Amino acid sequence: MGIIARMGGYVLSVLSEMGRMTIFLFEAIYTLFTPPFKFRWFLLRIRFLGTRSMIIILLTGAFTGMVLGLQLYYTLEKFGSAALLGPAVALSLVRELGPVFSALMITGRTGSALTAEIGMMRITEQIDAFYSMALNPVRYLISPTILAGLLVFPMLAAIFDVVGIYGGYFVGVRLLGMSSGTYFSEMQTFINMDDVLVGIYKSLSFGVIVTWVCSYKGFYCGHGAEGVSRATTEAVVLSSVLILVWDYFIGSVFI
Amino acid sequence: MSREPIIRFIDVTKSFNGVKVLDRLNLEVFRGEILVIMGPSGVGKTVLLKHLIGLLRPDNGRILVYGEDITTMKGDDINRIRERFAFLFQWGALFDSMTVLENVTFPLRERTRLRDEEIMERALDVLAHVGLRGSEGKWPDELSGGMKKRVALARALVMEPEIILFDEPTTGLDPVICSSIHQLIAESHRKFNFTGVIISHEVPGIFEIADRVAMLYDGRIIEIGTPSEIMNSGNGAVQQFIKGSLEGPINVVF
Repeated sequence: MGIIARMGGYVLSVLSEMGRMTIFLFEAIYTLFTPPFKFRWFLLRIRFLGTRSMIIILLTGAFTGMVLGLQLYYTLEKFGSAALLGPAVALSLVRELGPVFSALMITGRTGSALTAEIGMMRITEQIDAFYSMALNPVRYLISPTILAGLLVFPMLAAIFDVVGIYGGYFVGVRLLGMSSGTYFSEMQTFINMDDVLVGIYKSLSFGVIVTWVCSYKGFYCGHGAEGVSRATTEAVVLSSVLILVWDYFIGSVFI
Repeated sequence: MSREPIIRFIDVTKSFNGVKVLDRLNLEVFRGEILVIMGPSGVGKTVLLKHLIGLLRPDNGRILVYGEDITTMKGDDINRIRERFAFLFQWGALFDSMTVLENVTFPLRERTRLRDEEIMERALDVLAHVGLRGSEGKWPDELSGGMKKRVALARALVMEPEIILFDEPTTGLDPVICSSIHQLIAESHRKFNFTGVIISHEVPGIFEIADRVAMLYDGRIIEIGTPSEIMNSGNGAVQQFIKGSLEGPINVVF
């Protein structure tokens, strides 16, 4: 009986958490469509999400492209098709690795900071201060963040893609001696707009997922410093899991 | 001060995780008075205050503000009530991403249609009143505890609210700063003419500025009256609390 009760309790708590998260997202979206829109807070969020993750996106993008260049060259050469290195690197990046890796990097770098910031505002009663002034904190803190996520994630993924493609170019052309013309011209033949669009759809949805989960966890964090640290961990873990699960779903729809 | 109650708690009950914090509590606050609510730590004083602006909702009972039942109010209705209040949080709750001046002008910018010059004028006036002219450009984490409380008071006063709720305005301050904050509250009360509900354990210092004092204990108001009535109260818990004695009905939990 004890085990069943505990399992039931766990299932109920998971379900109610999911319900709360959904309501939170709907409230944020509803607030977005009711004036006034807080443009200044939106700009601050773009800076917050965008610039903080820039360095890490450049770094991981370059090395992801270089690893792809190295590994794919080695594999493709066995089949005598090393000339297709360009499109192979670009396709992997544009459709899959660019959106996913950049989203994971932003989660680690900025998503955690977002949760910690909103969580600190919760435990120092700054969120209650909004309510006490007859203002809705969601309008200032959450809705602009989610909108900024929609804008910033695809842009950072695009930067990741470009840097990655040049990383592959560096390995394939400069180190392994492929011709530069082959690397790029085959890319144009094999990649079409649909591939690019899949990547953009993924990035857009990751932008919502990460900003939503991370701000939710901060907004409803527990008590004290421990509450904030637990919320931050949960936010990063849940965001990362959801990114990969959602990536599979959306990939299987658009294959 | 008139004898017209603008806030009424009627049989308000609130529990957290099965523990009753407020237990059929009744309380009236009159227009223009300063009411001090004292009581041991963890007895639910902040909980009581947060009920007043709908930050917490009672499990049972009703809360009337200006005759309107706010117990189940939502959205615009509760905001209409909240606009008449200002809340001074225990640690100030200043927005730490804004400077002192931005903190004080924030409610004006968001809630009124005043022109920029008027906003600045009112903000600087009220900052002068709390003795913080010259600190406009500072960030909250550059301020001392007492200064934070002053900025928070300025942010509360700038909207010229009818009722100000103070959640332990002097926690963590030294006795001198503590008296100066009390003095500032009294001066502000004279100048801005608000109704004040102050939660405090600074007894008897806080008695100097109080019109009435209430003692919250065991989920209820066990004694309420003028400061001198409270000082001479025959209630054991009240006397123990005022004297800070270990002997008496209040359970001392370490």
